[in-house]
Amino acid sequence: MYKWEFGILWNYRWILLDGTKITVLLTLSVIVLGLLVGLIAALAQLSNFRTFRLGSWAFIELFRCTPLLVLLLWFYYALPILLGIEMTAYTAAVVTLSLYGGSFYAEIIRGGIISLDRGQTEAGLALGMRPLHVMRRIVLPQAIKRMSPPLMNQSIIQFKNTSLVSVLAVPDLLYQGQVAATDTYRPLEVYTIVAIIYLLILVPMTAFAKRAEHKLNKSN
Amino acid sequence: MNQPVQPKINVRGIRKQFGDLIVLRHIDLDVMAGEVVALIGPSGSGKSTLLRCLNLLTIPDNGELRIGEDSFVFGKGSRLPGAKVQASFRSRTGMVFQHFNLFPHMTVLQNVMEGPLTVKGMSKTKAQELANQLLAKVGLAEKAQEYPDFLSGGQKQRVAIARALAMEPSVMLFDEATSALDPELVAEVLQVMRDLAREGMTMIIVTHEIAFAREVASKVIFMRDGVIVEQGPALQVIDQPAEEATRSFLSHFHTRS
Repeated sequence: MYKWEFGILWNYRWILLDGTKITVLLTLSVIVLGLLVGLIAALAQLSNFRTFRLGSWAFIELFRCTPLLVLLLWFYYALPILLGIEMTAYTAAVVTLSLYGGSFYAEIIRGGIISLDRGQTEAGLALGMRPLHVMRRIVLPQAIKRMSPPLMNQSIIQFKNTSLVSVLAVPDLLYQGQVAATDTYRPLEVYTIVAIIYLLILVPMTAFAKRAEHKLNKSN
Repeated sequence: MNQPVQPKINVRGIRKQFGDLIVLRHIDLDVMAGEVVALIGPSGSGKSTLLRCLNLLTIPDNGELRIGEDSFVFGKGSRLPGAKVQASFRSRTGMVFQHFNLFPHMTVLQNVMEGPLTVKGMSKTKAQELANQLLAKVGLAEKAQEYPDFLSGGQKQRVAIARALAMEPSVMLFDEATSALDPELVAEVLQVMRDLAREGMTMIIVTHEIAFAREVASKVIFMRDGVIVEQGPALQVIDQPAEEATRSFLSHFHTRS
């Protein structure tokens, strides 16, 4: 029988806490930036201009159909060599994760927008509103209700995806866990704790999102 | 000397095709200010498409369109009017849809205020005053704070009319405004339209309510297969149609109520 030894990890509480902070901060930035990227890509997809549609399509497919780990390594190692763009590991992680998440958000947002009855857009246009006004005042406020469950789901995936940035030596929760594991020779305990921390953050967050969604639905 | 009066609306040679389907073949139409024109005809005749062309929700392939001071030429060699021009043009015509298309995330009052607020940049107080006034006019003052989902179809359509009127349009377009309503709710909407006509609003009405067209319209236009088959004073077209096609279409309706 394996004998669990959690006590030894108490010495590592601060670095695990630091790692958690980095993970949460990273997640927040890539969700906000990713949503922005996704919104722009989705609007470009729905644009009347062929160039916008094509560009957005290329972006979405490129990021959606490439493994995140490959993208992370490529952005960090290849970009400086090819284009002379030097980034810190943290910046590279934020950029890659935002673009990657954005490509998935884009499809969710586009789906939410086109699921709305065309008559809503026409009613806005008939009043004399410009297309962007119609989008902001009429379409998006309604579409957001339909998008919020899949957006939430994607954001949870984004949260967990941040663990991959440890390959770039960004000191996130998993990276700090790895440090503790090699120090203590107690990987089982360390990774169990790391998993529990992820769980402790995400479960209340999903519960909160569920309630927000419920409220949103009731408001109509 | 009699000054020749210029029509409010001029349509010349409007043509529209969706894929292989020619929906409008060559439409000429004049509407005088204050005139109420009823567009009737079987479904698929192109009457709704013609109406939508009048506020550019559908852009014609060819032809010319003028409403008041705004005029457009469509077809080869002419540029599509930009989004800004289209928007300002549409702000001067009101459109009422078959399925109401009220904004469900806004209250009735907010629905009516939306146009004046965002398009005209009217102040909130003024927009609210105007909206309340118009809601009273369509008999729905007490519903101002409700959301559209809690209204009956007839009430929704009356709000939609108030919303369109809030832009103070010079022309009102009605696209089968009573077709989606339960029979007992049709009358209240027709009453609002009748009142508008009496006030001298220029109106173009796509409708299946033949008796209403006969009573309210000054001119009736019968369309079939993308062309205007017959047009003239309402009583003449409906009571003594000249064309066989008109006669056969009208035979499906009780025209005197």
